[in-house]
Amino acid sequence: MEYVVEMLNIRKEFPGVVANDDITLQIRPMEIHALLGENGAGKSTIMSILFGMYHADRGEIRVRNKKVTISNPNDATDLGIGMVHQHFKLVENFTVTENIILGLEGSQVLNRKRAAERIQALSDQYSLKIDPYARIDEISVGMQQRVEILKMLYRNADVLIFDEPTGVLTPQEVHELMQIMKDLIKEGKSIILITHKLKEIKEAADRCSVIRRGKLVGVVDVKDTTEKQMAAMMVGREVSFKVEKEPRTAGEIVLDIQQLNVQNARKYRSVKEFSLQVRAGEIVGLAGVDGNGQKELVEAITGLCTIESGHILINGKDISSLSVRRRNETGLAHIPEDRHKHGLIMDYTVAENMVLKTYYHPPYSNYGVLNEKAIAQHAAKLIELFDVRSGRGAFTPAGKLSGGNQQKAIVGREIDMDPDILLAVQPTRGLDVGAIEYIHKRLVEQRDKGKAVLMISLELDEIFNLADRIAVISNGELIDVVDTSETNEEEVGLMMTGYKRGTA
Amino acid sequence: MKRIPDALLMAMAAVLLGLIAGALLMLAIGSNPFEGYYYLFRGGLMNMQRVGNTIALSTTLILTGLSVAFAFRTGLFNIGAAGQMLIGGLCATTVGLLVPLPRPILLVVMVLAAMLGGALWGSVPGLLKAKFNVHEVVATIMMNWIAYWVVYYFVPAYLKGQFLETESRVLPAASSLRTPWLTDLFNGAYLNMGLFIAIAMIIIIRFLLNRTTFGYELKAVGSNRDAALFAGIQVNRSIILSMVIAGGLAGLAGASFYTGYSANIQIGVLPIQGFDGIAVALLGANNPLGVLGAALFFGLLHAGKGFMNAMTGIPPEISDTIIATIIYFTATSLLIGRALDYVVRRKKKGGK
Ligand SMILES: Nc1ncnc2c1ncn2[C@@H]1O[C@H](COP(=O)(O)OP(=O)(O)OP(=O)(O)O)[C@@H](O)[C@H]1O
Ligand SMILES: [Mg+2]
Repeated sequence: MEYVVEMLNIRKEFPGVVANDDITLQIRPMEIHALLGENGAGKSTIMSILFGMYHADRGEIRVRNKKVTISNPNDATDLGIGMVHQHFKLVENFTVTENIILGLEGSQVLNRKRAAERIQALSDQYSLKIDPYARIDEISVGMQQRVEILKMLYRNADVLIFDEPTGVLTPQEVHELMQIMKDLIKEGKSIILITHKLKEIKEAADRCSVIRRGKLVGVVDVKDTTEKQMAAMMVGREVSFKVEKEPRTAGEIVLDIQQLNVQNARKYRSVKEFSLQVRAGEIVGLAGVDGNGQKELVEAITGLCTIESGHILINGKDISSLSVRRRNETGLAHIPEDRHKHGLIMDYTVAENMVLKTYYHPPYSNYGVLNEKAIAQHAAKLIELFDVRSGRGAFTPAGKLSGGNQQKAIVGREIDMDPDILLAVQPTRGLDVGAIEYIHKRLVEQRDKGKAVLMISLELDEIFNLADRIAVISNGELIDVVDTSETNEEEVGLMMTGYKRGTA
Repeated sequence: MKRIPDALLMAMAAVLLGLIAGALLMLAIGSNPFEGYYYLFRGGLMNMQRVGNTIALSTTLILTGLSVAFAFRTGLFNIGAAGQMLIGGLCATTVGLLVPLPRPILLVVMVLAAMLGGALWGSVPGLLKAKFNVHEVVATIMMNWIAYWVVYYFVPAYLKGQFLETESRVLPAASSLRTPWLTDLFNGAYLNMGLFIAIAMIIIIRFLLNRTTFGYELKAVGSNRDAALFAGIQVNRSIILSMVIAGGLAGLAGASFYTGYSANIQIGVLPIQGFDGIAVALLGANNPLGVLGAALFFGLLHAGKGFMNAMTGIPPEISDTIIATIIYFTATSLLIGRALDYVVRRKKKGGK
């Protein structure tokens, strides 16, 4: 059998856009097949077709040389196809076992103990290190993803689809995931991997199909192709991975955090005596392992949670007890970590979302009445500038945008506010290399205009690429602040585990 | 732009299915459905008086439907329209019976009192939700029963009728929302000035939801509370105001019903129109214009059922069954939507 899955000449149209235009994908048994394409190219769509969530307008699907129709995810499961979605679908207060057997109660006699044993066995087989009795909300995001993997394995899937699995993971977890995937194909599985990270494709994949604007551009053998070549194939031009940045001296202090203490929801102090200054005309990168107080720090600065003690000043003005809106008006903008929870109102159109923080100002409204024309024009401008692609432009509901285009819309909105201090949390999560290049340029442009940027990223690459200074947080404490030019990834990596410079 | 026709199509499919179900029921009890529907619609539309009564019934439904729909658009499920309407009616009736004022001013005060009463009743669940995260479904249901008992004790104590303990005195003509020229125009129907209030409210709520920053905030809170917080919108304030407005609308329904359609208030009943408002909102896809259409249609079914019963012997409960079926189909509109999709797709394929 040459191919385990074949999708031949698939076409899928949404209002105003051809998401898949005559795409052919052929997956060999026991390969990791990467799917690469710009934001909105149609990757999630074609995988949703394979998994039975959308129906192709045209085209044929063959599984193990037999023509099949997949009308819903159950059909896909029966054919041995499993999928881990861009956003997990787990029940928070259920255990691992309960989540995995959810939906199977009807077909099998529900025997939790036996199920748990089988899950344990599968977990051991692929060294997933999962406790079948742990509750979902008690385990890390990386572990939750493994639960999703187990869910597929438990249903005997042998074609596994991963839609941007690494966006939410720490670099260490990414590395482990790549290892898990390699183990999986050794056991006879085949994997389709969607990712924007060329490094990951290089590390794990055998072949790579590249799509651009709904069309297949080509299929390449990963080992014979460089990252630059793949990027050029997908974007249609050369992409530079390095940001051009002139050195410049920072100016006045814009954001001044003084001895900040913050408790998290469980009354645990997760930011401790934290002090940090960000000056005009500089980008400070905050590095740290996920879950070391970054989230609470950001919420404290933006006003989404209350602080225990300390002060936060913007341009010398204490904002620590102001409302969210007053803080925004003081010159703060925020690209949130969770675009679905905080960044967008999915039922609102792109245009409505673009004025989420400014709708009550002229020209977007006068005396409380919205000015639809001004709102639409504003959206059209940002859509053009930030290349937000969708079927019906400003009138597309935000929920119908592809993941990366949602992110571009948020980043565009926040940068366009031209804030004195921009709090950018994982600003390029889920973006393709072309979009990342553009967003990075815009962040540097803010800096060059004399604005301050505090960037929080789990990716050291990004921090080293953009930041003038790097602050490291560990266990809620500021470990150190160093000039980017005077340090290296190893040193920062070490600091992230809590070692201070010179003491190691 | 495309969404509205979709919703309309869905609503029409639900109505059609509901009517078919009603027809099958009529067949099952051995009646002729064509005859049944003929008299049902005739009963609601036969002459000016009947038309007037149909609209009068619809007036109340427009306002309660609007109340539920408005709350729903802002993310709240208002089961309390009945209680809010009852209190609104009580306030209007009390003013109408006890406050001596010249008619034009009196009517305005009555209507305002009804609105404020309803708003007050709505504000309590709003506050509880905003401050203590008490689910509004629970709170509004409890407020229904509080309204029920308030009326139960207040009416006999202060507004007792001449003969009956169980209802208030009859409002004098001077304090009724009925007005001679409307009554004459429709040959003595129950139609009253509440209709103008209802139409004004449709326009106002539509404008408020679609065109104002206030509506933008309320819908944002309803659709994604976290993102609204992130945007700097005062979420708690929005929730309270939204319930106040929903309550006010239901209160107006009370004015139109108890001081227009009827002329006194009875104890021991929660007005069914409050609950029908949920059905109206559902069929109307929570859209003010949809609410208007749905309220007129349900009003027609209610108005015609007596005549149908008199002429054919088909029990009037058939009307309620049809409404129930329509609600059922609307609630499962997702399925209908899919079926429609399928049909359209098949047509497309066949055409090519
Ligand atoms: N349900 C939908 N309704 C309307 N348009 C849609 C829908 N789903 C996707 N689209 C559109 O189809 C196109 C392809 O979207 P898709 O989600 O497949 O992109 P993607 O390649 O996964 O992008 P990303 O890398 O940003 O996740 C986009 O233009 C998107 O706006
Ligand atoms: Mg996608």
